[in-house]
Amino acid sequence: MNIDLLTVEAARTAVLEKQTTATALADAFYAKIEAEDPAIGAYLTLSKERAYAQAARIDTLADKGDGLPALAGVPVAVKDVFTTKDVRTTAGSKILDNFIAPYDATIVRRLEDAGAVILGKTNCDEFAMGSSNENSGFYPVHNPRDRTRVPGGSSGGSAAAVAAGTAVASIGSDTGGSIRQPAAFCGVVGLMPTYGRVSRYGLIAFASSLDHPGPFAKTVMDAALMLEVLAGRDPADSTTADVLVPNYSEYVGQPVTGLKIGVPGEYFGEGLDAGVRAVVERGIQELARAGAEIVPISLPHTSYAIPTYYVVATAEASSNLARYDGVRYGLRSAGKTLAEMYRRTRDAGFGAEVKRRIMLGTYVLSAGYYDAYYLKAQKVRSLLARDFDEAFAKVDAIVTPTTPTPAFKLGEKTDDPLAMYLADIFTVTADLVGVPGISIPCGTSKEGLPIGMQILGKHFDEATVLRVAHVAEHALAGR
Amino acid sequence: MVTEKDVAYVAELAHLELTDEERARMLKDLNSILGYIDRLNELDTADVEPMAQVASRYGAEAARGFAEAMREDEPRPCLPHEEALRNAPDSDGVFFKVPKVIER
Repeated sequence: MNIDLLTVEAARTAVLEKQTTATALADAFYAKIEAEDPAIGAYLTLSKERAYAQAARIDTLADKGDGLPALAGVPVAVKDVFTTKDVRTTAGSKILDNFIAPYDATIVRRLEDAGAVILGKTNCDEFAMGSSNENSGFYPVHNPRDRTRVPGGSSGGSAAAVAAGTAVASIGSDTGGSIRQPAAFCGVVGLMPTYGRVSRYGLIAFASSLDHPGPFAKTVMDAALMLEVLAGRDPADSTTADVLVPNYSEYVGQPVTGLKIGVPGEYFGEGLDAGVRAVVERGIQELARAGAEIVPISLPHTSYAIPTYYVVATAEASSNLARYDGVRYGLRSAGKTLAEMYRRTRDAGFGAEVKRRIMLGTYVLSAGYYDAYYLKAQKVRSLLARDFDEAFAKVDAIVTPTTPTPAFKLGEKTDDPLAMYLADIFTVTADLVGVPGISIPCGTSKEGLPIGMQILGKHFDEATVLRVAHVAEHALAGR
Repeated sequence: MVTEKDVAYVAELAHLELTDEERARMLKDLNSILGYIDRLNELDTADVEPMAQVASRYGAEAARGFAEAMREDEPRPCLPHEEALRNAPDSDGVFFKVPKVIER
């Protein structure tokens, strides 16, 4: 069996119809990882013991012949910001280098309950802070489509594993674009569900009001199948909403006739690469041809999203990362006093970008600056949300480029934090507002690099997002 | 404008020590990023409510689901003691151990 193009649907069917076993699939994927991942760096830890135990359970079920759960035998990878019981969990940070999680994240439990086989934990920017994966505390990830380029970040390992075919699907987290941006750079599908749709329990917190877990996959249908398993209220996360979870896969394949799709002028202005613009405009034309009504709209506060984000996200991060103090888990550097031990531990354990964000977040929350920065940013966040409320009163979905440029070179932006932050210019707003978004491959640049198209929807309306995404995916594939 | 003194003060609040090199770089980066953030002041937000949580923007159905998120306050099983201590850098088997806090 050729595993390179294997989809979620095909993997499960193959196990169900006894063309293969979950164990044989795990063997094939581990062989591919061992041969190809050293040049990519998508994985930080392989969870073989756990994967083979799960595969054996699925094979026993398959032998009984009483049907199989939705993701039975499907080999997946999980970003290393999600806790996995008895498996090393680092968040890409040296400060958690030796951390063995004592419990499973809800999404990990849901994946395994649905029969998925978790191959391992994927590389990412430290504590999910970055847009290129170069902030990993261990090693950078290389883009499988061009190894001199970054895979995007922060979920770069999860995107690269799917692009390289070393996982059928994977899980990432999106705080400012960390699922959609690497999906665009690596030429795969990346879905950020509504805030509150998927549980954050066991997701190592970066910015709690912005962190969104979600899937990467090769196809829109696979992303829908993954979301069906991931979505839903979780008593362990009080921010998950009790809203009906539809069978998303039933929306995949439905036409877009009569749907109104907004195109915001602000996303097609200065700074947008000409090649990206041309490819995404063609994608929009395909949606029009498929029967959607294209409506020009305005999201007037778009240019304020990045500054808003870097106040809100860093403020929340500075608070969330206070827990890494060398007392209960993780690294400890010796000090004569408790305070000296804290400082030395944090100095030795955190990388440059994480320190920068802790400092910025502490500064904007400090006495005398709270109103000027933090409160101000929260107010602008309201204005950004209002932009979307007004737009969604007129349209059913919004289509934009996912990123202003295709994947950049390793090292290209590492000296300029602001330039790196601007890589997320088209993705951060959806995180601040909490609406769902997907990035799908839309075409390639003249150098052959993948270009992503982003589709945003109303709160809890992933169904429409997936429906539009599938029509575009289908139309673009047939061209 | 962030000063060297501010960097030292904020580092202390954040329990970071930072080398001289890191402090110099931090001064430059914080000023550059905060300079960019200052553009938020172009907007008049006098009559705008701050948004701390996405749930405040949900439609009626989701807002109801969110409001019902409260659970009964009753004891439930928690992490066993030895599990909680398993990742401890230093422990005596009962407590986490840290450098002496109180001098006497």
